[in-house]
Amino acid sequence: MTSLSYTRIAKDGIWDNNIIFAQALGLCPLLAVTSNASNGLGMGLASTAVLVASGALISVSRDIISPQVRIPVFILIIATLVTLVDLAMNAWVHDLYKVLGLFIPLIVTNCAVLGRAESFASRNSVLPAAFDGLMMGLGFTMVLVVLGAMREMLGTGTLFANAALLLGDWAAFLELTLIPDYKGFLLIILPPGGFMVLGFLLAGKRMIDRNAELKRAAAAEAEADEALFSATTA
Amino acid sequence: MEYFLIILSTALVNNVVLVKFLGLCPLMGVSNKLDSAMGMGLATTFVLTLAAFAGWLLEHFVLGPLNLGFLRILTFILVIAVVVQFTEMVVRKTSPALYQVLGIFLPLITTNCAVLGVALLNVQQENSFIESLLYGFGSALGFTLVLVMFAGLRERLALAEVPDAFKGAPIAYIVAGLLSLAFMGFAGLA
Repeated sequence: MTSLSYTRIAKDGIWDNNIIFAQALGLCPLLAVTSNASNGLGMGLASTAVLVASGALISVSRDIISPQVRIPVFILIIATLVTLVDLAMNAWVHDLYKVLGLFIPLIVTNCAVLGRAESFASRNSVLPAAFDGLMMGLGFTMVLVVLGAMREMLGTGTLFANAALLLGDWAAFLELTLIPDYKGFLLIILPPGGFMVLGFLLAGKRMIDRNAELKRAAAAEAEADEALFSATTA
Repeated sequence: MEYFLIILSTALVNNVVLVKFLGLCPLMGVSNKLDSAMGMGLATTFVLTLAAFAGWLLEHFVLGPLNLGFLRILTFILVIAVVVQFTEMVVRKTSPALYQVLGIFLPLITTNCAVLGVALLNVQQENSFIESLLYGFGSALGFTLVLVMFAGLRERLALAEVPDAFKGAPIAYIVAGLLSLAFMGFAGLA
């Protein structure tokens, strides 16, 4: 497994084996914080930090942890990292911390983090493990931001509202008002909207995958035809 | 009456799963069959109540007096893991039949964010001892209720004709959305 290429890891993390789309893990933070895109971005980055650090740490210590006690040890490592993120966010991005609230400590129980520790980091060396954490985290962040952006656009007609307040002044350029005087569509912002938008998003991802599959099959068929044709004429 | 309201409000109005978004992984993971959903719900009810109890003791006798609030996440998850392990041992000793049903679900409960979430919420809301217990129990009831209802819906859904792209998970999310919409109707009840 160590021969796994980095492009493969990247593709797995962001698309093929995406935490949300393919593994259906980490749903709680996904739905709870994505009433707008800025929250999604903040949550995604926090989770990515934990994923990268836990991947690296667990990979380094994989030889000294005996298999019988590995799960509790993994959880403790993850909980320690989450505590660090929790304290750091409380200190430096306090507004975002207040919005995300309970869901920062709950990164501990994001099954995706433990899942990656168990299935990847404990079997690979440090660099691939950290890279896998980064890519899984980016894939997760991408879904959080897309879902947050969709809900925000449909629900309030803005995009990345309050980004500067929540993420720091550098994010001010992201703020957009797409539809001025939008009356709002409360349902999308409320919990039911989260579930429904996610359902449509997942269906959309599947359609993209299927189209790609069909195209590949058609291309392969055309190639085979051509080979047959040249074989018969020769 | 006040205690009754706590249970009502946690189980229905502020349902952990559909309104607070806690414990969605088991909801999507083990709700394919009605009886496994029942098993998971029962096991979670037990662990959640016990974890709320243990969390309160820990907060008020260890973390609070010693000023160790920053260790809360670490200690709570450890206690939950122990409670889960303890539950597993007790169930295996006392009722092998029940263990057969619950066995595979028990280890999963450690990473059910509803358990840690409720324990942390109890601290955040500064609930008293009885309130903490009821809060945990009520949340667990709500979790079980939704899990069982959702499993029932999904059993029917498996037979329904849905567009290809929506088969499986996507349509399940949309159904969960509709269920959540129904639960919004409880708002204002308590």
